Amino acid sequence: MYVVTGCGLGCGTSLMLLMSIQDIGKKYGIEIEGEAVDLGSYKGKKCDFIAASSEIAKQIDAGDIPVVGIPNIIDKAEIERQIKPFLVKE
Amino acid sequence: MLKDILTPDVVEFNVDGIDSPEEAIRFSGKLLEKSGKIKNSYVEKMVDSFHELGPYSVIAPGIALPHATPSGDVLVLCLSFVQLKHPISFGHPDNDPVKIIFAIAGVGHGEHLELLQSLSALLGNADKIEKLKTISSFDELQKLL
Repeated sequence: MYVVTGCGLGCGTSLMLLMSIQDIGKKYGIEIEGEAVDLGSYKGKKCDFIAASSEIAKQIDAGDIPVVGIPNIIDKAEIERQIKPFLVKE
Repeated sequence: MLKDILTPDVVEFNVDGIDSPEEAIRFSGKLLEKSGKIKNSYVEKMVDSFHELGPYSVIAPGIALPHATPSGDVLVLCLSFVQLKHPISFGHPDNDPVKIIFAIAGVGHGEHLELLQSLSALLGNADKIEKLKTISSFDELQKLL
């Protein structure tokens, strides 16, 4: 799978979130590749879903690509709950 | 890694007299500036980021991680820890009020990733978060890292 995580600058919370999502993927035997981007750079990225902190997710309009907003990005259990519907074994 | 980075000069407990997010961000940034790790422009960029992008740096209940994009004003990868006496609102719908602030100044991709990983590991532990909100000495902080 390919996941894009977004934050205001693309170097802090989005990276933390991407690392957590990759860990969760491992738990389910799913290899997740991805990249952390800033708010100006997610457009046109091909990915299975976009994840971001809820305050950032509100500002993302990605058309057909699902956007997952996560209020507490260090709570792995919460991240897992939110992204589980979008995890697909290839 | 956090043990090496969070030195006594960049850590403050029970800080009083902070009434706004801007003051909190400046206070946490000034600790890094005073210790010679960043320039003042980085502190102001963190405040600008807050104004432009909103309160998303409040990543979890009570915890803010202000940061900005470095451009020659971060001399060394660094992090500060500020615990407020009175929690304040950053305007986040879910995670207010903010009690602790980690200002991050990243430089060098690999090291920066390692720092974020260490910080994620620390903050992934709910017991440790509660302790971070109440401890009052550097020794206690070191034990949590």
